[in-house]
Amino acid sequence: MGPIIWAWQVVKRYGSLVALDHVSFQVEEGECFGVLGPNGAGKTTLIRLMAALSPLTEGRLLVDGLDVMRQGRLIRQRIGLVPQHDNLDPELTVRQNLLVYSRYFDIPRPLAQKRVEEVLELFHLQERANNRIDTLSEGLRRRLILARALVSSPRLLILDEPTAGLDPQARHLVWQKLRQLRKEGLTMVLTTHYMDEAEQLCDRLLILHQGRIMAEGSPQELIEGYIGREVVEVHGVSPSHRGHLQGLVASAMGVEMEEAEGVFYLYVRHQDGIDPGTLRALGRQVVYRRANLEDVFLRLTGRGLAD
Amino acid sequence: MTLALPKVAASYRAIRVWQRHRDVFLNIWWSEVIWGLVEPVITLAALGLGLGEFVEIEGEESYLDFVAPGLLAVFPMWAASAEAGWGSYFRMENLRTFEAMLATPLSVDDVTTGEVGWAATRGVISSIYILAVIAAFGTVQSLWALLVPLVGVVAGFLFGAVSLSYTAIARSISSLNYFFAVYITPQFWLSGAFFPLDKLPSWVGKAAWWAPASHAANAHRALVTGGIGWGLLADVAWMALAAFLFYLLALALMRRRLIR
Repeated sequence: MGPIIWAWQVVKRYGSLVALDHVSFQVEEGECFGVLGPNGAGKTTLIRLMAALSPLTEGRLLVDGLDVMRQGRLIRQRIGLVPQHDNLDPELTVRQNLLVYSRYFDIPRPLAQKRVEEVLELFHLQERANNRIDTLSEGLRRRLILARALVSSPRLLILDEPTAGLDPQARHLVWQKLRQLRKEGLTMVLTTHYMDEAEQLCDRLLILHQGRIMAEGSPQELIEGYIGREVVEVHGVSPSHRGHLQGLVASAMGVEMEEAEGVFYLYVRHQDGIDPGTLRALGRQVVYRRANLEDVFLRLTGRGLAD
Repeated sequence: MTLALPKVAASYRAIRVWQRHRDVFLNIWWSEVIWGLVEPVITLAALGLGLGEFVEIEGEESYLDFVAPGLLAVFPMWAASAEAGWGSYFRMENLRTFEAMLATPLSVDDVTTGEVGWAATRGVISSIYILAVIAAFGTVQSLWALLVPLVGVVAGFLFGAVSLSYTAIARSISSLNYFFAVYITPQFWLSGAFFPLDKLPSWVGKAAWWAPASHAANAHRALVTGGIGWGLLADVAWMALAAFLFYLLALALMRRRLIR
């Protein structure tokens, strides 16, 4: 079996705007693959290309062995797409939404009815099955959108910002369901700009910035590769101490430093980085914490304000 | 130079789009049809019985008889155009219904075809209802009137395709007002549904030839009065050809709007 997604030198331009710039990657079957990036990085464009909703400008993109440029209908028969924005049918009930959607896939009626009841149960929506959409909370609607994407038993689930705008409870419920699906072996590709979401769910991810891939790997690999074990934040360093701090970092092994908005970030690879006592003498406040994906992300895309 | 017609990528799946609209309609039909139920009856009573007392038209027994078949042209025109105008625009931009459909095996052409087909259906629903109303007023003079729904399909498909072509280039839902003010409303009043055009300057008749509603009015008048002839066939053929051309235009414009 080849990879379920194979992207080679994919370019997408809208007029003079380059949305994706020679992007290549693969997604293996059974993986949960994340596409991480700030707004405008090209995440949604990439999803539109994978679902064969938008033509490539250059390059090649295969989904489950099918070419997005020629076999869009077949590809969409095999994938479930979870959109970023609510596009349920508000005048229909929960169950009708699922039945109408299953008809788009030409699922025979008895099988469709069976699948509808299954996904209603999976997402604990049975009691709301006959309710109109306008009576549902934001969290319930998200669950229904997920359920709808699964009604056709897809081989691949593609999710565009699956928890954007949800409160913490609803978010955790969605995560829990996605983890369950991953455990059952469903292949998933999701975009997000929530670092914790990527860390929680993804086996592997790529970081996209201004249409280019900045890094690719498992969350752990990325953190170790780009940051190290630990991050030391030194706040409130007086101008007279700056030179001292820079000298200290330059002489230490495996420590790199960045400055943003008056805060110095020390990325420490080895346990014995710099003596804490010395650092405390230089700054008003010193914070030690574990390196996380957010550090990788900000390091690669810049700690300053993205435009 | 050869004129290449665009390749149509519509399939039987357009029926899935139509079925979705039918299901929604069956859930909320009362609020959808109430206007269409009341307005033709009021119009027929006010013009046919009220104004008709003061109007005499050559060769007609009464003004009521003249107006009745005209209504078969103009009210279904409104129903079909509104569906593919405000209805389709709202589904496309506000409800994101098209986005949901296109994430499935449906193609843009399937969606376009389903939208036009549903607009035609709304037109036919209106046709059948108005036929019943004018029959109740005793103005149907021929059994040929049973073919009204058939002509209604052709006319509805035409108005749906014209309206969806405009929707496909509309920047906002309020810009649809231009289409209805400049294109639909003049046809409503000036297509020969409410008064014959032959007493007006000849250029009016020539201009009306280009208006779909005038052909719909002529065709329905022929069926209701039993005036069957080549004229009827010509009017229906005109509408069928225009429907086909505007359908191709709607396909092309919807592709341009939805595939980026």
